[in-house]
Amino acid sequence: MASTLAEKIIAAHVGRDVKPGEIVVTDVDVTALQDGTGPLAIEQLEELDLVRAQNPANTVLFIDHAAPSPRKELSNAHISLREFAAKTGAVLSEINEGVCHQRLVESFASPGDIVIGADSHTCTSGALAAFATGMGSTDVGIGIATGKTWLKVPETLRVEITGEFKPGVYAKDLILHLIGMIGADGATYMALEFGGSGADAMTMSERFTLANMAVEAGGKTGLFASDETTQAFLEEQGRGESYRELAPDDGAEYARTIEIDASLLEPTVSAPHTVDNTLKAADAVGVKVQQVFIGTCTNGRIEDLRVAADILRGHKRNPETRLIVTPASRSVYLQAAREGLLEVFVEAGALVTGPGCGACVGVHGGVLGDGEVCLATQNRNFQGRMGNVEGLIYLGSPATAAATAIAGHIVDPRVEFLT
Amino acid sequence: MILKGKAWKFGDSISTDQIAPGRYFHLRTNLPELTKHVLEDANKDFASNMQPGDFVVAGRNFGLGSSREHAPRIIKIAGVNAVLAQSFARIFFRNSINVGLPVLEIDTSGIEEGDELEVDLEAGTVRNVTRDKTLIFEPLPPVMVKILGDGGLVEHFKKYGDFHLET
Repeated sequence: MASTLAEKIIAAHVGRDVKPGEIVVTDVDVTALQDGTGPLAIEQLEELDLVRAQNPANTVLFIDHAAPSPRKELSNAHISLREFAAKTGAVLSEINEGVCHQRLVESFASPGDIVIGADSHTCTSGALAAFATGMGSTDVGIGIATGKTWLKVPETLRVEITGEFKPGVYAKDLILHLIGMIGADGATYMALEFGGSGADAMTMSERFTLANMAVEAGGKTGLFASDETTQAFLEEQGRGESYRELAPDDGAEYARTIEIDASLLEPTVSAPHTVDNTLKAADAVGVKVQQVFIGTCTNGRIEDLRVAADILRGHKRNPETRLIVTPASRSVYLQAAREGLLEVFVEAGALVTGPGCGACVGVHGGVLGDGEVCLATQNRNFQGRMGNVEGLIYLGSPATAAATAIAGHIVDPRVEFLT
Repeated sequence: MILKGKAWKFGDSISTDQIAPGRYFHLRTNLPELTKHVLEDANKDFASNMQPGDFVVAGRNFGLGSSREHAPRIIKIAGVNAVLAQSFARIFFRNSINVGLPVLEIDTSGIEEGDELEVDLEAGTVRNVTRDKTLIFEPLPPVMVKILGDGGLVEHFKKYGDFHLET
């Protein structure tokens, strides 16, 4: 039977062909909790007297959403994660290590894996050809204890990408464009599968950005085939042995196929308060911005920081626009330091924070004031997302963010800074 | 069993950030306190004025966003009988079943704020007493009927000690 990537990965786990709509109980390879969802998962396992990890080396507890802790309740939540790790032998990712999804792709997820994480952006690891999906605390807790979960085999929406980005246009613009086109529920219950010559030509960093936002279209995961780019990435992480080549079969059946010519795209932003509320950055020019935030699991990688630094080098932020830069992980932070990027940001007037989820989740480190506008490289602009229901969030690429920080209002980064 | 209560009407795209706001992140380990803020960013009067047994009635893509299971949990703890929506986001839908909160896909366009509803989960019907209309909701997948019938995934595991989802 010709299979999509999602069907192929699930079939390999259950030992038979599967078709969309089927319910399977399957082994899982990697499980993850974070400090917002972990304590509840642990509570459920305590209630079931199941405080254990079936596969401790691939069970990871991330302290990233409120790291370091801004208040005692969260410090106590962190203690519960540390104690669970100590009891079960699970891996603890401490406050200095960074955002769970970046850490998962660096050190844990591999092609062909089934990854479940109690965080909606777990789909990021799909870029490594892993069936990676977000679930709630109870589902992931039980996955940790038993090594299993149940899944409905999803239909697949194929995104066929051709062409290359024009200068100043990035993967973030593509995914915002796609979500604007199909809507925030355009892929509900489906796997997104990115392919075509444009996808093949993408770096891993670009693939992670696309896969990360699959859930913003309602998708269960966002998959890429694995290839030499995947292999080179895993080798860089010291995990070359975990590489496997995986691709969908010719003739696989897709619920829908969407074609995108990357060369036709322009810098795109999402306006408040939904991700699918997209427009060209050029059409948002002039919107005054009080805070620019560059970071997150969507766009906090070294490649993103390089793009932002190239624009900010030799410039100062607008005096009325704060700039926060948060590398996604310890490894990104260290690399940015080595390349002198942190210095560029600080010189430009940015606050560079330690790695973590930072301002994106509205817990600490960049909460908006009433009526304030933020242009962020994160994946969500829901009302209240950055800690204040009166805040207004626009989403854009690191280039759009950096250029906006200099101008003080939203700009098309190509106009002033990339010509 | 017939569930009876009043409708609280919400719009499209109600996110988990509006149901369980991030600024109360520190209350995630104190669900009774977090429940006092349920749906606060969508309707600030809901938590203080809703009565146990009432229904949350919404438009498209209810519960989109974060995987925080606290969102359906606090809706349930508040005493909401069921959430009725045109459609649901995937993770929220699954979490609701896992915590024992009925979530029903149904055309909610004819239901208004304050309408008296009677939901029959077995028969698959919603009767709008105020408007004298009966609607049929999309049946849940059998696997979810099973988990919901057991009272959620933890109760399912207490009962069977494993996934027991053959239907």
